Amino acid sequence: MLISRRDLLKTAGSATVLASASPGLVFAAAPTNKRFVTIILRGGMDALTAVAPYADPNYARLRSFLSLGKPGEKNGALDLNGHFGLDPNLSYLEPLYKKGELAILHAATTNYRGRSHFDGQNVLENGTPKPYGTDSGWLNRSLELMTDGERRVGLSVGHAVPLMMRGKTDVQTWAPSALPKAEGDFLDRLMRVYEGDPVFEHALKQAMKSAALSAGVTDGIGKVNARSTSLKIMAEAAGKLLAKTNGPRIAVIESGGWDTHAGQHLLLRNKLKELNIGLEAFQQHLGDTWRETVIVVVSEFGRTVAANGTRGTDHGTGGLGFILGGAVKGGQFIGKWPGIAEQHQFQGRDLAPVNDYRSLFKTVLHEHLGLAEGKIEDAIFPDSRSARMFSGLIRRA
Amino acid sequence: MVSKDAFIAANRFGLGPLPLELDVIAKNPRGWLKRQITAEQKTPSLLQNLPNVAEIMSTYTRNRQMGNRGQNRGQGNRGGGNRQRGGNTFRQQQGQDYIDSVYSRTLNMIQTPAPFAEHMVKFWSNHFTVSNASRKIVGPIAVAYETDTIRPHIFGNFEDMLIAVAQHPTMLIYLDNHISMGPKSQMATNPRGGDGRARARGLNENLAREILELHTLGVNGGYTQTDVREFAKIITGWSFGGRGGGPEGPNGFRFKRWFHEPGPKTLLGQTYDSGTVNDGLDALKMLARHPSTAKFVATKLVRHFVADEPPASAIKKIEGVFTESTGNLAKVSEALIDLEEAWQSPFDKTKTPYELVLSTYRALDTGKPDKKYLMQTLGELQQTPFKASSPAGWPDVAKEWLNPETLMRRIEWMRALAAKLPRSVKPEELFADTIEAVASKQTKFWVKAAPSAEEAIALILASPEFQRR
Repeated sequence: MLISRRDLLKTAGSATVLASASPGLVFAAAPTNKRFVTIILRGGMDALTAVAPYADPNYARLRSFLSLGKPGEKNGALDLNGHFGLDPNLSYLEPLYKKGELAILHAATTNYRGRSHFDGQNVLENGTPKPYGTDSGWLNRSLELMTDGERRVGLSVGHAVPLMMRGKTDVQTWAPSALPKAEGDFLDRLMRVYEGDPVFEHALKQAMKSAALSAGVTDGIGKVNARSTSLKIMAEAAGKLLAKTNGPRIAVIESGGWDTHAGQHLLLRNKLKELNIGLEAFQQHLGDTWRETVIVVVSEFGRTVAANGTRGTDHGTGGLGFILGGAVKGGQFIGKWPGIAEQHQFQGRDLAPVNDYRSLFKTVLHEHLGLAEGKIEDAIFPDSRSARMFSGLIRRA
Repeated sequence: MVSKDAFIAANRFGLGPLPLELDVIAKNPRGWLKRQITAEQKTPSLLQNLPNVAEIMSTYTRNRQMGNRGQNRGQGNRGGGNRQRGGNTFRQQQGQDYIDSVYSRTLNMIQTPAPFAEHMVKFWSNHFTVSNASRKIVGPIAVAYETDTIRPHIFGNFEDMLIAVAQHPTMLIYLDNHISMGPKSQMATNPRGGDGRARARGLNENLAREILELHTLGVNGGYTQTDVREFAKIITGWSFGGRGGGPEGPNGFRFKRWFHEPGPKTLLGQTYDSGTVNDGLDALKMLARHPSTAKFVATKLVRHFVADEPPASAIKKIEGVFTESTGNLAKVSEALIDLEEAWQSPFDKTKTPYELVLSTYRALDTGKPDKKYLMQTLGELQQTPFKASSPAGWPDVAKEWLNPETLMRRIEWMRALAAKLPRSVKPEELFADTIEAVASKQTKFWVKAAPSAEEAIALILASPEFQRR
């Protein structure tokens, strides 16, 4: 049976109606009780594997050996709505979608149209329309509107603070370590040494503050294999910290290794499994606060529709966003779907980027975290008015 | 007398001073650096006994054939069993070989009397990154790659280094070019032609894109997606080993003309139509001489040797020397040493974790670090050589490295290391041998006021002066 795009959008319950410019909500000066997590998948996740339009008659032809089987077949897609299905390695997400706690934004990326990982990630994180358009991240600029004094509302999990979380507002940090902790009086003396060097002094102060905030919460996590950057460890730490009363509320985590130019099947299978386990761990450790949570999973761009000559895919454009959590009105695809046939592809090769990640981020900032639209447009995502917010994505409490 | 200039020469351009070395450098800091610029670069003795690329490749090919046969031909359990047995020992051996090779490479950088030359090896090796983070390249091959392609050319010609890199099996594997084939090539149109093995057929743009974006022109260097495709076609057939109907080159390189896309290709307005390996070589030469390349490379060098925000005046000078000398890296290196901008402040750059570890062991004079401990340290500090997360290599600005968590890991490591040192390491001597010439008042005060020798040592190592260059 051939499903028209109109039918598809209906069956998927897709909200293509964009929110009209509603008067902004009250500007939140106090830290929110809502939780928001962004997971950045670096390298360009293959969106058409993660969520495959398996029922599209062009799908098997265009994707050949990369395509998933039909639901029920060996290695078949996990059906979502009769048209799209999840890669079987994302098994945790299937019941979540059915329970209405997972929404999917397909064929999406930022406004960036080049195919450089590094420029693409930079735009994704800095929030302006240009690579290196500013040296702070949009998530940190959002914190400016939510931070109350010394409170650390932001949380960066991993060794480096991603650009998205860098900026004026101090954030809590956490990374696994197997090294013995340095004694407090040594750190105090070292702090005196650092007094003449603002960069070192600031970083050490932040580290000591973060260590104090994490004490008793993340003890023992990642001790066994501290060099592992697996999402499971990061999700456990982040989940426990976010679940704390008076803990951080807004977190970012990064995951590398999604650039699958050759032998994609095996590489991607392992990455998707890692993501699946990580997301599941997140829900587990968030506990009751899952209800207040929106987790967004994004990648700088998607990949080519067709396989390349080496059982992989090259850099593309339209990618994917997963939006999950107890505060998500899930069980739906949001945004538009361009189709994958040749005539619908971007520059004759990529999934067309008909949706804008900024629409998604802005929706979460406005509807979930209560930030004023004006502030979002001016300070967080400048020059993004064309990226309109989605309606009906966030559950009203 | 030890001067600020000696500190800069030893740390910014070198890899940190050996004990008492600052006094030697102080006599003529620029001269000390320039004396290390010699066209002939011998392979250091610590690296001479490592397996070379031919040995590594033959083991790799043998094990891969053994391992993959079952999978590719669908022979089921018999082949699978083989893979298990052959594969596991092979993997363990490869892992050990990798550790041994990285240890030798690091030990050489700790002990070298020519740290500016080694610093250049490290710089170019990062510019032309190969990484086993995704386990695509295995075993000691990354170090062999560096020895074959980077070391001989650090003070030679950029063009020669670029060609050596682009033809080396390690880079061809890392960025997938060895399996890329022209859609109209003999192999692609006749899957059982050539070596008789069926496989996926077509282009892979990975290496072509990264040569343009990361090795030569830079992302804003003026190329299009079409240029990426055309360049990928030009270098189809750039592979190694096996049969394939083409001449062999250095380090096992082979141009497999059965993989090569026939017909003319146009890169940056220039057409290449010989259908031989020369098309790719000519294209690389053109890229090496392109003005965008001069600018891109100059910017990276100045960022590395002057400041995170590279001053335009310095970039311009280096760009000029690079262009006029057609990429003569001896001249470019001399010009870097001659940059006034490089000698103004001793603290503009922050050491990467690897630089911190190298300079710590160079300063301590406690013999060889334990292999396992050294590798664990590099892992904890997030910079094990040849494990960068992308072909862009390790970042080169402080804000990527001086985060709260990464700084705390450095401090924890240095504190723990200081507790383990033999009593022969004296804080006063270490202080004089490293940061005294540039130390701030409070650093001097608190090092002196430390309650124990080991804490004094830890404070020296963890000081901003020691962590900057």
